[in-house]
Amino acid sequence: MIDVDVHANIPQIEALFPYLDELWVDWITERAWRGPVMPNHHYPVASERAARLEWRPEGAGPATSVGLLQEHILDPWNVDNAIVNCYYGIEGLRHPDWAAALASAVNDWLIDQWLSKDDRLRATMVMPARDTAAMIKEIRRVGDHPGFVQAFFPTRSDNLWGQRQYHGVFRELAARDLVVGLHYGGTTEGAPSSTGYANYYVEQYGAEWQSFATQVTSLISEGVFTDIPALRVSVLEGGFLWFPVWGWRMNKEWKGLRREVPWLDRPPLHIMRDHFRFSTAPIDAGPPELMAKALQWIGNDDMLMFATDYPHRHDDDIAGFLSLLSAEARAKVMAENAREWYRL
Amino acid sequence: MAETKIVVGKADDFKDGDRVTIETSNGRKIVVFRQSGEFYALLNRCPHRGADLCKGRFVTNLTSDAVGEYVFHGENRMLACPWHGWEFDIRTGQSYFDPVGTRARPFSVQVQTGDEVRTELDSGEASYTPSEYAAAVAEVGGSSDGPQPGPYKVESFAVSIEDSYVVVSLRAARPARAPRPPRPEEPIKEAIG
Ligand code: FES
Repeated sequence: MIDVDVHANIPQIEALFPYLDELWVDWITERAWRGPVMPNHHYPVASERAARLEWRPEGAGPATSVGLLQEHILDPWNVDNAIVNCYYGIEGLRHPDWAAALASAVNDWLIDQWLSKDDRLRATMVMPARDTAAMIKEIRRVGDHPGFVQAFFPTRSDNLWGQRQYHGVFRELAARDLVVGLHYGGTTEGAPSSTGYANYYVEQYGAEWQSFATQVTSLISEGVFTDIPALRVSVLEGGFLWFPVWGWRMNKEWKGLRREVPWLDRPPLHIMRDHFRFSTAPIDAGPPELMAKALQWIGNDDMLMFATDYPHRHDDDIAGFLSLLSAEARAKVMAENAREWYRL
Repeated sequence: MAETKIVVGKADDFKDGDRVTIETSNGRKIVVFRQSGEFYALLNRCPHRGADLCKGRFVTNLTSDAVGEYVFHGENRMLACPWHGWEFDIRTGQSYFDPVGTRARPFSVQVQTGDEVRTELDSGEASYTPSEYAAAVAEVGGSSDGPQPGPYKVESFAVSIEDSYVVVSLRAARPARAPRPPRPEEPIKEAIG
C-alpha cells in the first residue's frame, strides 16, 4: 500500500537552525520569531479532527518525527511507500531571502530527519512560492535528490498557478519527473474561497475544494500541459467527487469559447484525466448507494490514490468506500496508481 | 424529373457579408451567405439545439501551436452559432464537436450537395436512428466527445450562379409526390449581422 499524503511537522523553529545560515538564525532569535503563522493554528490541542488524540505525543506536536510516523502508520499499516508533505506556510512570508532560506532549510530537514531515516519515505519539496527565480533555484539545488518526488503548491496563492510566470518552474519540475502537489494552504491574506472570507471553521473547511478547483481551472486553461506535456499534478486533500462535474461544465464552455484558448486541443476534462490524480482523503462521502453512482462519474479506476492525511482525522469511512470498488480498482487506488504516478 | 432550383436573387445584389434566408416548398429554411466573395448555403438550423444560423457571426478560424501563439487564419469562414457559439466551417458545415449526449436531431453526414439531399429533405428521412448515428460516429474514429471531423454537419447545399442569379439547387422531387409550385416565395432579406 502507498499513502500519498502523510504530514511532517516542524517541532519548533529551532529544529531548522542546523539547516540555516547564521544570519537567519540570528534574525529569527533576535525577533523571537516562532515560524510562519498558519501552521500554529493547525492543531488546536483538543481537536480530534485536526489530529487524532491517539496520534498526539506527550509534550510534542503531532507528526513531528519519523519515529511517530513509523509507529502510527508505516509499521501497523504495512506501508510500502509514504509521501511526506510538510506544510509550513513559507509562502506567508514576504521577505524574499528569508523565505528562500527557510524553504531550503525545510527541504534539508526533510532529507536529514525523514528521508534518510526510512527508505519507505518519499517527500514533497517546499518552495519559496512568491518568487519564481527562487523556486527554480531551489528545484535545481535539491530537485535531483531521489527522495523528492513532488513539489508543494499551496492552493491559496497570490497569482493562479497556471499563469505564464510559473511555466518555467513547471518545466524544471517536469525535467526531473517531479509531480506538482496541489495541497490546501497558502497565503494567509488571500480569501480561501473565490469571493471572500468565511467566518466559521465549518465554512472554510467545507469549501476548501473551491480553491483547488480554481487552481485546476487555471492550470488547464493557461495551457500548462500544452506547454509541458510531461507535467503531472496531484490534488492532495482536495476531495475528488467535484472534478467530473467541473469537467462537464468546462467541456461545455470550451466548445463555445475555445477560440480564447486555442492551445487547448481537447476538452478540459480529457486534459485532466491525463495530467491529474486525486488523493482519497477527505472523501466527500454520501450514502453508499449514491456514492457507488457518483464513482461512475469518475469514469475509470486510474484517478484516485489512497491517503491517510496523517495525523488529521477526516472521519472517512475508508473501508466503506473501498467496498464500493472492485478488487482490481481497490488495488489500483491503494497502490498501483500512486506507484505509476510517482514512479516508485 | 429535372433538378429543382430555387432562384434566390441576382448575384449582383449580394454584397459581401450579405445573407438571405429562403424557404423551400416543404418548409425548410435555408440561409444563403455571400462571404469572402463566395456563396454558401446552409440549412438555417444549428444541429446542436436548432438556433437560426442566419443570425450567426462570422469569426476567424484560430489555431495555436503553442501557448501564447495564435495562428490567425485570415479568411472568415467559421460561422459561430448565435446560441452557444459552436463554430461551423461555412464551406462544409463541419462542426468541431460531436455531442452524442446532446443529440436533438442530427442530420445526415453524407449530405453535401442539393442533389444528394433532396429525397431526405422532402421526406424528412435525414434523421438518423440512434444506431445509425453511432455507426457513423464509429466510422470516423470518434469518441463521445472532443474535436474531430464530422459526422456532425450542418446540411449544406450547392450554390451556383447561373445567368448572374444565385440558385440553390435541390434534388428533383420524387415522382410519387404531388407536384409543388414552380417557384418559392419571395426571398426574405435579413438585416446584416
Ligand atoms: S444551438 Fe447552435 S451551438 Fe447550440
